[in-house]
Amino acid sequence: MTTSYRYFSKSVWLAMGVLAVGLLIVLPILHLGVDKHSSMYVSSYAITLIGKIMCYAIVALAMDLVWGYAGILSLGHGVFFALGGYAFGMYLMRGIGQDGVYHASVPDFMVFLDWKTLPWFWQGTEHFAYSLLLVILVPGLLALMFGFFAFRSRIKGVYLSIITQALTFAAMLLFFRNETGFGGNNGFTDFKRVLGYSITAPETRVAIYMLTGLVLLGALLLGRYIVTSKYGRVLAAIRDAESRVMFCGYNPVSYKLFIWTLSAVLCGIAGALYVPQVGIINPSEMAPANSIEIAIWTAVGGRATLIGPILGAVLVNAAKSYFTVSFPNYWLFFLGAIFIVVTLYLPHGLMGLLSALRRKLSGAWK
Amino acid sequence: MNIPAIENNQAQDSGTLTGLAHFVQPGELDTSHGTVLYLEDVTVSFDGFRALNQLSLTIDNGELRCIIGPNGAGKTTMMDVITGKTRADSGTAFFGQTMDLTKMNEAKIVQSGIGRKFQKPTVFEHHSVFENLELAMQADRGVWATLFARLDSEARDRIADTLKLIRLQDSADRPAGLLSHGQKQWLEIGMLLMQRPKLLLLDEPVAGMTDEETDRTAELFLSLAGKHSLMVVEHDMAFVAQIAKKVTVLHEGSVLAEGSLDQVKNNERVIEVYLGR
Repeated sequence: MTTSYRYFSKSVWLAMGVLAVGLLIVLPILHLGVDKHSSMYVSSYAITLIGKIMCYAIVALAMDLVWGYAGILSLGHGVFFALGGYAFGMYLMRGIGQDGVYHASVPDFMVFLDWKTLPWFWQGTEHFAYSLLLVILVPGLLALMFGFFAFRSRIKGVYLSIITQALTFAAMLLFFRNETGFGGNNGFTDFKRVLGYSITAPETRVAIYMLTGLVLLGALLLGRYIVTSKYGRVLAAIRDAESRVMFCGYNPVSYKLFIWTLSAVLCGIAGALYVPQVGIINPSEMAPANSIEIAIWTAVGGRATLIGPILGAVLVNAAKSYFTVSFPNYWLFFLGAIFIVVTLYLPHGLMGLLSALRRKLSGAWK
Repeated sequence: MNIPAIENNQAQDSGTLTGLAHFVQPGELDTSHGTVLYLEDVTVSFDGFRALNQLSLTIDNGELRCIIGPNGAGKTTMMDVITGKTRADSGTAFFGQTMDLTKMNEAKIVQSGIGRKFQKPTVFEHHSVFENLELAMQADRGVWATLFARLDSEARDRIADTLKLIRLQDSADRPAGLLSHGQKQWLEIGMLLMQRPKLLLLDEPVAGMTDEETDRTAELFLSLAGKHSLMVVEHDMAFVAQIAKKVTVLHEGSVLAEGSLDQVKNNERVIEVYLGR
């Protein structure tokens, strides 16, 4: 009904439309259709970087759904992202076929372990559709099980955050082991092809890039539908006064479980789109620091705004790309400083700052 | 004073079918014996302290009952037991003839028809007044149902009626956090009514209200009695005098006295507890 911040204003819709056309149509044309020496040419580095950042933006959006709207601060969302990446990475590894270093019928790291046949959980991963199913089911089921026990036991706040952090850390240690069967600390890399197309071909890159952009747009529209539905209002009410919601006859467990699982699935999809673009997935994606960074993107952009976390993911990662090239030693200091500044002075993030500025400007004109 | 009896269609229909016996409908309130709430020998201890000590109490269908008692008498704990927030160590709590409250969770109890207003008004501060009522409205509370829920005109009318009743029609679009204390109390009462409860538990409903607001609340409660059963915990004796038909005095976790306000006021044990003689 009210609380207009949940709806996008006309100018936001317009900006989204312009951005979508620019990123999804203009940039690919400038990459594929323009001569490499032209000043208008968009490099494959740029396409990969933007594609990667759009994957992060999907994760930030997923984080906003649970943190901003349901008040559940997860410090372990990286595990869902990585699991989606690994699930699709298995398909990409199988796609290498016998073109690996050892020309074996199993992936190279298995040759190294002296495994002659594929373990059971690798069966069927050569099928694209099955791997997509795994991308959704593995993070989804893990989140469903974890959430069921955590929410049913009424674990919340900082305790839940700590447990999610432990979850991703435990998963990281598990994936670091060579015997787990996911390539140990090297993870998966050296991918050759996807659906029969060369993974390094510009057309393949652009296709995955455009798909990432469409998924981001779809996730944004889905998120908007959810938070403006009655479900979204119940969810925000759970965030603000959980016991009152219970005494209105709602069971908060199923409400939290739904958004939590959906958020994990979105992260998994983002991970699956990320891996073919950056060409590697390894257990460091599950490092606690990565998951904390996701929370920072969301906080910087502004919680419970949907657009804000996307903005936060873009700006923080753009800054990261710049800093790690220009001042590699200072990136983490900078990241810490951003987090402190946002926490102290910008509790509503950049979106809060923008709306405060707009209010001030419109006040000055009156 | 006699309380008007409530017609119970279900009991009558099935009564004609089977004589004295009637069908038990799971999840349906059965008040065929004229009683909406039974508490029997309910005991709750916290670290050895007996908050409720073999408390027995019944509320008739359509009754407006006031509960008074000094601090620590167990009034709020009793409401916690009825609404499933606290589990009784022993004893039974039944809603109507058939529903065992000690075996139901908070949400189930609300869905079966018990609404509760807390001592401290708790509304959803970031939601508008309208949205507060919308969320409280009796409807399918499943995830899928709320994901695809649309407000039909009947629901809008109900919300509009309640807004009028609680005199917040001009604040419908304001965030509930901006309301005054008394208005929040009214909004919470409105939220209770949206649930269409059969039994309302009201914990200090007029705390922090102006005299005028208190008078209006008394009027509202009197108009609700009969259609609903009400249990009001209140310290404000002037308010109790305005609405009370039957008063129960709690002391140290059990019933000390019960009767009309004059009767309990003149009860020696009550005087002793309140005046400390």
